[in-house]
Amino acid sequence: MADYLNLAGWLAALAQTVLFVAIAPLFANWVKRAKCTLQNRRPPPWLQPYRDLRRLFGKEVVLAHTASHVFRIAPYIVFGTAVLAASIIPFILAEIPFAAMADAIVLVGTLALGRFFLALAGLDVGTSFGGMGSSREMTFAALAEPAMLMVVFTLAMLASSTNLSTVVGFFLEQPLALRPSLLFGLLALLLVGIAETGRIPVDNPATHLELTMIHEAMILEYTGRHLALMEYASQLKLAIYAVLTVNLFLPWGISRTLDPASVGIAVLALTAKLAVLGALLALAETLVAKMRLFRVPTFLAVAFTLSLIGMLSFIMLEGH
Amino acid sequence: MFEFSPAMLVYAAVCSTLAGGFASLFADRWPAVQKFLVFPLLGLSGVVSIAACLAALSGAPAVTDELALGLPWLQWHVRLDSLSGFFLGVIGLITLAVSAFGPGYVREYSNSHYSLALLGVMTALFVAGMQLVVVADDAFAFMVAWELMSVASYFLVAFEHEEAANRRAAFLYLLMAQVGAILILLSFGVLAAHGGDFTFAAMRHAGLTPLWAAASFGLGLLGFGMKAGIVPLHVWLPEAHPVAPSHISALMSGVMLKVAVYGFIRLVFDLLGDPHWSWGVVVLAVGSVTSLYGVLYALVQHDLKRLLAYHSVENIGIIYIGLGLALIFFSANLPAFGVLGLIAALYHTLNHALFKSLLFLGAGALLQHGHERDLEHMGGLIRRMPWTALFFLIGCLSISALPPFNGFVSEWLTFQTALQATTLESGVLRAVIPISAAVLALSGALAATCFVKVYGVAFLGQARSRKVRHAREASHGMVLAQAVLACLCLLFGVLPTTTVEFLSRISVDLTGFGVTAATRQGWLWLTPIAPEVASYSAPLVLLGVLLALGAWAAVYFSSRKRRLVQPLPRRDAWDCGFGPLTPRMQYSASAFAMPIRHIFRPAWRLHEEKVREMDPQLSTRPLQLRYLMHADDLSWQYFYLPVERFVQGAARRVGRIQTGHLRHYLAYSFFTLIALLWLIT
Repeated sequence: MADYLNLAGWLAALAQTVLFVAIAPLFANWVKRAKCTLQNRRPPPWLQPYRDLRRLFGKEVVLAHTASHVFRIAPYIVFGTAVLAASIIPFILAEIPFAAMADAIVLVGTLALGRFFLALAGLDVGTSFGGMGSSREMTFAALAEPAMLMVVFTLAMLASSTNLSTVVGFFLEQPLALRPSLLFGLLALLLVGIAETGRIPVDNPATHLELTMIHEAMILEYTGRHLALMEYASQLKLAIYAVLTVNLFLPWGISRTLDPASVGIAVLALTAKLAVLGALLALAETLVAKMRLFRVPTFLAVAFTLSLIGMLSFIMLEGH
Repeated sequence: MFEFSPAMLVYAAVCSTLAGGFASLFADRWPAVQKFLVFPLLGLSGVVSIAACLAALSGAPAVTDELALGLPWLQWHVRLDSLSGFFLGVIGLITLAVSAFGPGYVREYSNSHYSLALLGVMTALFVAGMQLVVVADDAFAFMVAWELMSVASYFLVAFEHEEAANRRAAFLYLLMAQVGAILILLSFGVLAAHGGDFTFAAMRHAGLTPLWAAASFGLGLLGFGMKAGIVPLHVWLPEAHPVAPSHISALMSGVMLKVAVYGFIRLVFDLLGDPHWSWGVVVLAVGSVTSLYGVLYALVQHDLKRLLAYHSVENIGIIYIGLGLALIFFSANLPAFGVLGLIAALYHTLNHALFKSLLFLGAGALLQHGHERDLEHMGGLIRRMPWTALFFLIGCLSISALPPFNGFVSEWLTFQTALQATTLESGVLRAVIPISAAVLALSGALAATCFVKVYGVAFLGQARSRKVRHAREASHGMVLAQAVLACLCLLFGVLPTTTVEFLSRISVDLTGFGVTAATRQGWLWLTPIAPEVASYSAPLVLLGVLLALGAWAAVYFSSRKRRLVQPLPRRDAWDCGFGPLTPRMQYSASAFAMPIRHIFRPAWRLHEEKVREMDPQLSTRPLQLRYLMHADDLSWQYFYLPVERFVQGAARRVGRIQTGHLRHYLAYSFFTLIALLWLIT
């Protein structure tokens, strides 16, 4: 793989990953601000999530008596897998060498690894809350992950590649056409993204007091830098799903070279796409009420069915 | 005069195993024999098997030999080719691990009145049987070795025979093993009748008509499937695996099921010749159903070994999905993708052998030192058995198909094969394959859920029973065995390209095609079809992770030196202000799986028992609450019981002619005689 030996490509990919990780809290805050504005509340300042993270990193870590090593390693693994996942997604540059190291299936696997440890951490202390969160998280993930894989497979079959860079490149070269498989895939990915990042109507990121909470229940025992890492990882996950959605299905504007002008256009295009998606998410969260817990499987079954229909419609209608 | 051949290694391995069996005859009188002779001989056999495997996979041509055993006109034919060599290697690896684990584990039996000699002899015969099955080159030797394996393992399942449930499980196992053996025999019979001989060499040129080939395939699928545990022929697995001693469970689940897979591959890819596309669809459907069924039943179990047995069913399903894909692509004349499916199946065979044995050995350690098989009574074992906990975690990660461990690589390869469905001509096949990929994705995700449950409930949290609270770490040998398997799980996960290169030789031998594209980019890159289609570089991913870890550690230790000396403060967990948390307040295994039970309700028949004792003074205050849950295997209800009723009914009807009167029997003889005379005239 001679073309993967150029240093500039690796450095650019690394820089892009750093940028991705750096702006993830900003995107989460953008959604929050949009929601506040829609609900007539005063929005937090733009830099609030960074201040929160700094405050948490500075605080002392307190462990429960029953916490084991798994509890202490989990934040690092959860955060690490989120960063790894962020590094293999085409963000501003389409052609990145990391995408060849780990393809779309590895991306799903990496996120699953993080979730595995997140759920173990929830069970580690031995409280009912933690177990409740883990049990629900793993149940919903068991339904969301196959749906996500089906979306990935539809794209992979379309572009004859599971390499995310290649997939994005393929869509850029295609003439604009409405493909039913992509439409179903997009819908499925949106539903999966909502479930996986714990947004309304599946989970409520703003609450700590409901028996229906999922993500917050698992990290209830975390403090200090551990909590900071967990919060950061969940913000990163939101950004990952958002970037994945906009860059896979609406890749226009993404830069295929390291040329400053096209990179500038890519930054602007991505900002605009993410801003719209974030606003839509905020709007949806304002309009929709949280679902009863046992309605969530139906929600995810819809996502799974949509993704399967997307794949079958590609095979039946568009294949060959 | 004396020339070295890899066949010698096979004989050495089998002889070493049998010598171990002979030595263990004295184990009852001198228990030290067990530790210093029997298990080392088994380990030696394992090492020699691995050597034979490497010799066979290093590109040497197949070695054939004849032994002066067997029938006068049919000597035992032995053949060591790359496929046999690979399976011999799998047997060797697990036998080696078991030989390290065994001495510590069987100590438990030295104070009981179960015979250690019997255990040793049967273990040796069992291993020797498996080693002979994979090198047998004629149907006769194959069946003898197969029966040796089955019958010896029956005695191992029935080892703790004082409990009626164990005897029942062993009988079920024996019954199904024998029915399976008859089907295999019939399948070989079809081939032998057309090939004119019992040797596999003759069978390869049998030139069957499509109908006979389909008959032989169907019989083989059922016969080998009965041993491998495809749904609905899997029912003996969850009964037999939990009751056998744990190191035997590891051998049975890790290796014996693989021997059945070997038989199936040998029959379908080697002996039967060109496959028909419908075989591929059948195998794919069987694999998909098996994998989903296995994992759904595993989720509702709370007996650890039973749960692992159901996961074996799931993994056999994944292997069959790979084989089914291979058959479909071969029959569609797309050998490049067919080979990929075959390699994915073989890779998963190796992986499952490693991580399932690791998990069973871990379960054995828990059983011996925590005295528990029931997850609902475990908890907090990570503090009592840190090493077992670490290696068990690696096993859980591997079986859940998470990167960078080995289970992920084989599932990745299976997915990559399935994604090539678009190249097929037939629209039906193109639609069937993605659905089975969806099933595979679902069962993979459910497996992760299940192993979060297992690990979280058994090793994390607080101990739920007194014995578990006082568990000790397993002995050095037992930990070592798990460590070796865990390292191999990581190794095969990180070096997939090298592994695929070896496996490719098997498919070249079997089908004439290999995967040249997969390894063309060097050992760093696994590119199954072409670099632009898909690539995975586990070493680079791991390197990236290690670099990140290193950077973090450097920052951590340089910036905050005081953390090294100051342990983190510990406080009570958040209890909502209601007083201390008790172990009973934790989520239990049943509770963890409750949402899943709710979603997939129709998949099981659940027997739930809720016991509630109320306070006599205050009728609203419960004194004691108990919840018992048991999931019945649906295949009993829909398959076995109807079959049993039919057999009983038929027997009763036939039994009617047995009147007990002598004159009736004389009349039967008379009329039979007349009929025969009429026939021959």
